[in-house]
Amino acid sequence: MTRVLQTLMDGVAVGSTYALIALGYTMVYGILRFINFAHSDIFMLGAWFSFSLAGVFGWTLAGATPPPWAAVVVLLGAMSGTAVLGYAIERVAYRPLRSAPRINVLIAAIGVSLLIENIGQLPIAFGTQPQRMPSLLPDAVLFEVSGVSIRLVDTLVIGIALGLMAALEWLIYGTRLGLAMRAVSTDAQTAALMGVPVDRVVSATFAVGSALAAAAGFLYASKYPGINQPAHATWILLGLKAFVAAVVGGIGNVRGAMAGGLLIGMVEIFGAAYLSPHLRDVYVFALLILVLLVRPAGLLGRATVEKV
Amino acid sequence: MRAILPWVAVLGFAMLAQVAVGPVVGHYWTKILMDVGIAVLLAVSLNIVNGFTGQFSIGHAGFMAVGGYTAGILTYYGGAALFDLPPGAVAPGIAGHLWFALSTLVGGVVAAVAGVVVGLPSLRLRGDYLAIVTLGFGEIMRVLLTRTEDVIGSAEELATAPWTTQVVSTGGSLGFTGLPFYTNLFWTWLWTGIAILVAYRLKESSTGRAMLSVREDEVASGAMGVRTTDVKVIAFAMAALFAGIAGGLFAHEIGTTLNPAELGFQKSFEIVIMVVLGGMGSVTGAALAATILTIVPELLREFSEYRMIVYAALLVVVMLVRPTGLLGHREIWHAWRRS
Repeated sequence: MTRVLQTLMDGVAVGSTYALIALGYTMVYGILRFINFAHSDIFMLGAWFSFSLAGVFGWTLAGATPPPWAAVVVLLGAMSGTAVLGYAIERVAYRPLRSAPRINVLIAAIGVSLLIENIGQLPIAFGTQPQRMPSLLPDAVLFEVSGVSIRLVDTLVIGIALGLMAALEWLIYGTRLGLAMRAVSTDAQTAALMGVPVDRVVSATFAVGSALAAAAGFLYASKYPGINQPAHATWILLGLKAFVAAVVGGIGNVRGAMAGGLLIGMVEIFGAAYLSPHLRDVYVFALLILVLLVRPAGLLGRATVEKV
Repeated sequence: MRAILPWVAVLGFAMLAQVAVGPVVGHYWTKILMDVGIAVLLAVSLNIVNGFTGQFSIGHAGFMAVGGYTAGILTYYGGAALFDLPPGAVAPGIAGHLWFALSTLVGGVVAAVAGVVVGLPSLRLRGDYLAIVTLGFGEIMRVLLTRTEDVIGSAEELATAPWTTQVVSTGGSLGFTGLPFYTNLFWTWLWTGIAILVAYRLKESSTGRAMLSVREDEVASGAMGVRTTDVKVIAFAMAALFAGIAGGLFAHEIGTTLNPAELGFQKSFEIVIMVVLGGMGSVTGAALAATILTIVPELLREFSEYRMIVYAALLVVVMLVRPTGLLGHREIWHAWRRS
């Protein structure tokens, strides 16, 4: 029982960060119909921006005691940094290819991804050494349930992730921008004819998606403080798993991405705890192939027929 | 007679590479030329899927791993049993090399079967799902390979180990070390020449035309009576076959280790970059790009830090200014023609 609860807690924490990343993938796919391979690097940059920003304030030094508002500053700073970057990437690399075949955009995305990673590895950027994220979120044992200590940091990670998801839900279903996003996602041409500024909506989508990925980066680094160097394979792997979450939930479906993220997190963490910790990636991809075989449109997605 | 001539030419070319080129250029450049051959083989084979058929596979290194490990098991353990030698020893004479050729071929066939198994479900779906599934397949392969047992090094241990133990003793994350160095210029360029010839002839054949039509418009080509799924699976299996053979060559090359980390998605991406830069659908373009992208980094060793930055930037720029790659769909001898 103790172990189940502990695993559940970890699963929800990891799953909610996957969900945050998956949202970015699914929003971009919903609107532009391509896999933004550079999204996992935005996630990576979220973690590294957080670390660098904490470094600017001197909170990464040994013995430093960051104030309680440190987390807020770092989180918002990292989110706005990647939002600007996400906007810039779309503007420079993807917008000129709007009418090109999708495979070209896909390849450009891979190019952007490799570019970010390898620039990030340069000595003037983040370097090639892994770093340790200072604990900015306060940590304490909140309470114990049958031997399981519910930690404050886990609760905060889950809380912030759920809060951001609620905010996104409001943005998409409760604002004019969200209405425009849904319109462009349904049919970009018709939306443009109805006076929706498609380019601005796409830019906003990239900015919002990137900000969420940065938040995921910050939260992930808060839970697992060892942050790997920018080109390390773990980042792409985490991004891939988040993408799997988006596909499993139904690509293009915002609520599906949230559900898929949590599901993938659970499958991975429970599989690692009860079957074999070494095969955690295998479970995720096996689940993906299974879902694609049974429900190609994903759990919450609707099957579409390509019309000519 | 005309049908056999190109194959004879490939054989002659490979022999020439082994007998005349190898000794002249020395060990260092022989190694580079073998690397080039393997890269060309990989790029030309991936081009069948990404270039001809317009599908997007980014798990090519996974098939390379399947072929490499299969061939490795056959030459390392199989070779020891067959020739009554300690494991990892190069069998003397022509017999060893024939066994090696057979092993790489079997590795290729196993990779092709894996290609069909992976491709059949995902190729029925929308195009970009293939990208994810191939990537997922490559990752699953990599993780599973890191979980294998240590390589059995001594003849005494090997004698007592049943074959079921042998096939899973491929070194785990340390890699399959101690494989005999069978790969030489002859085998590398023989397989590469065959792949180039097959790819080029395929492009001009009816199956190849069907592939090109799937690339241009899948719905329209289906309406014209092309069995789109079949065509895609054939392309996928052929690409996997040659990737598996390339894996076998890579495994037995001097100065490389067959290890799971080497065959991750970075390797797959590198092959994709070669295909894209060369021109998607151009056999000679892919070969040219693979050659350049293998030799240039050798010459620029001291700038290796910036190598990937240049690659990546090149990829984005090529997509922006020349979306069809350097040669586009044309072959190198069409280069002077107006498109």
